[in-house]
Amino acid sequence: MATIELRKVEKVFGTLPAVLPMDLTVQDGEFVSLLGPSGCGKTTTLRMISGLETVSSGQILLNGRDVTFAHPSARDIAYVFQFYALYTHMTAWENIAFPLQAQNVKGNEVHQRVAEVADMLKISHLLKLRPGSLSGGDQQRVALARALVRRPAAFLMDEPLGALDADFREQMRAEIKRLHIRLNATSVYVTHDQVEAMAMADRIVVMSKAAVQQIGTPADVYYDPANLFVANFIGSPGMNFIKGQYANGYMELPGNHKLEISDDWKAAFTKQLNPAGAVVIGFRPEAGQMVAQGDLTGEVYAVDMNGSDSLLYLSLVDKTIIRVRVDRSVKAPVGTVANIRIEPQYIRFFNAETEAAIKREA
Amino acid sequence: MTDKIESNTNQFNYATRVDKVTGNWRLTRSVRVTLTILVAVIMLIPVAWMIMTAFKSRADAVAAPPKLLFEPSMEGFIALLTQRRQLTVEQGLKELQTRTDLKWYDKVMLKRGQQIIDKSQYVKYLTNSVIISVSSTIFSVLLGVLAGYAFSRFPVKGKDDLMFFILSTRMLPAVVVTIPIFLMYRQVGLYDSRVGMILLYIVFNLSFSVWLMKGFIDEIPREYEEAALVDGYTRMQAFWKVVLPQAVTGIAATTVFCLIFAWNEYGFALMLTTEKARTAPPSIPSVLGTGGIEWAAIAAGSLGFLVPVVIVTFALRDYLLRGVTFGAVRR
Repeated sequence: MATIELRKVEKVFGTLPAVLPMDLTVQDGEFVSLLGPSGCGKTTTLRMISGLETVSSGQILLNGRDVTFAHPSARDIAYVFQFYALYTHMTAWENIAFPLQAQNVKGNEVHQRVAEVADMLKISHLLKLRPGSLSGGDQQRVALARALVRRPAAFLMDEPLGALDADFREQMRAEIKRLHIRLNATSVYVTHDQVEAMAMADRIVVMSKAAVQQIGTPADVYYDPANLFVANFIGSPGMNFIKGQYANGYMELPGNHKLEISDDWKAAFTKQLNPAGAVVIGFRPEAGQMVAQGDLTGEVYAVDMNGSDSLLYLSLVDKTIIRVRVDRSVKAPVGTVANIRIEPQYIRFFNAETEAAIKREA
Repeated sequence: MTDKIESNTNQFNYATRVDKVTGNWRLTRSVRVTLTILVAVIMLIPVAWMIMTAFKSRADAVAAPPKLLFEPSMEGFIALLTQRRQLTVEQGLKELQTRTDLKWYDKVMLKRGQQIIDKSQYVKYLTNSVIISVSSTIFSVLLGVLAGYAFSRFPVKGKDDLMFFILSTRMLPAVVVTIPIFLMYRQVGLYDSRVGMILLYIVFNLSFSVWLMKGFIDEIPREYEEAALVDGYTRMQAFWKVVLPQAVTGIAATTVFCLIFAWNEYGFALMLTTEKARTAPPSIPSVLGTGGIEWAAIAAGSLGFLVPVVIVTFALRDYLLRGVTFGAVRR
């Protein structure tokens, strides 16, 4: 298998930056997800790795070999497209065998290897059909088989589940994850769905506006987002943000509430905050609890019944809406007042001007 | 139980608007079918008339009122394919009539008092037509596919201007450019040559085939080739193995259109050929020949001219139908 290394890789279309210089190292056997809203440059990055898109500047290394200007066919990588890109004039079998023919693999071995991947993806009974008569999920399985059959150094997947129905997507997500565990193949997976990225990836590269926002494990990006964008983009719903003012070891919150700040944060504040002290306080919906006397007071604005839990929407004094996940047994009619306590260890702080997270000393 | 369900569904059907809609739809459908048949009949009358005339004798062909029922005769075809001379008694008409080695077609013509002396040029002209239209079609489709692919996939400099320029070659009527081309061709020795006609038809069809093929190739997702590229194929291999099979509908449609144009072309052929490279269209009226208008021969010539196009169009009809509706229907 292989490592993929991007060194200051940049892509500019005309004068429009599509990908600002980025560094990324994908370790051997690692599953990395490029995550971001549409137009953030994640697909362009993947296409540059594959060689389908040229690099404006920077270097791409596969297994330490410089492939920045190598032809896609010379990179030994497989690419799975969102809309499968199966050849409609060939049967499923011919589609899967197609990459092997490029490598002049002999007849017997072709049959053997196609049968092997078809078995792995449970599509052996579909091999004689043409893509047109297959379901979306089966088409994507054939496309995956076509990628697998060559035993490439790395897999690149561009929203492979984006065109599938919701329930089917979850099933295929599990299948792809199992495949990865079984083959331990270096994989780069592009998606705009943070649930998918969180569920599948070893590490997530969060991108926005052509720039990398954060690279980290799913836990990192969830609990310690690097900035407001990541905090809001990851999680459904994203983090709650409240405007606060820091002064003398206390954080002033809307509605005359005061939040005591622990010593490790105090040190970070004095170093990383300008004297005005404007801070954005962030916490996840599940970090709040309904209590009698809390850190925040708000009016119940709406309630989402999710079955396993309920999501309360609270309107604070300054009209900020925050979301709190509570037990489904909690009764909170719209219009009543609720008090919320925030779990101190799950509170995160962001610089209101730079939008970057304030970091504690390790 | 079943009875009950049936009666229920019956009731249900009567009560719903679906029933009314279906009735309306049936009505419009029958109207549409009737109109289609009507148009088809109107379009086919001249063709039917031509086929009938081709099998009429010289007398029947000009009979007034026109005969719908007649005795079929091969006179027209024989007149088309032969050169004859009119005999008088002094020239040995009697003697010829007593000969026993005459073929059936000699006898048919003898009834008209004519002796067959040679083959006509019709087959040669038809052969010219086949050679010129097939070669020009092959080249214009080939070039059209390559140019269409390039325009569709690569960032060609001044793409829009070039595409417009290619289209603009179609804007001048043929009549306007015939004289300059005639003068040029005479200078460079392409006048009355097959090569000259092939070149001319390629140029004329190219604008059409480039535009049409670009449209078709635009519709083929790039991912197909890109998948082939990452799978280890060169761009040329990807083009042959992936793009061409996907573009086969467009290629077939373009082929038929180009072929029909080259096959039917009259103006250039009349002005730029005389003998060696003359094609069928300008030659058929020249059968008008000596001793009155040979309507049966003209009809027979037109019929022979019609058959090849009908065969090709029929063979490619599925592609053609998809071709003319391209863009509207997803493949």
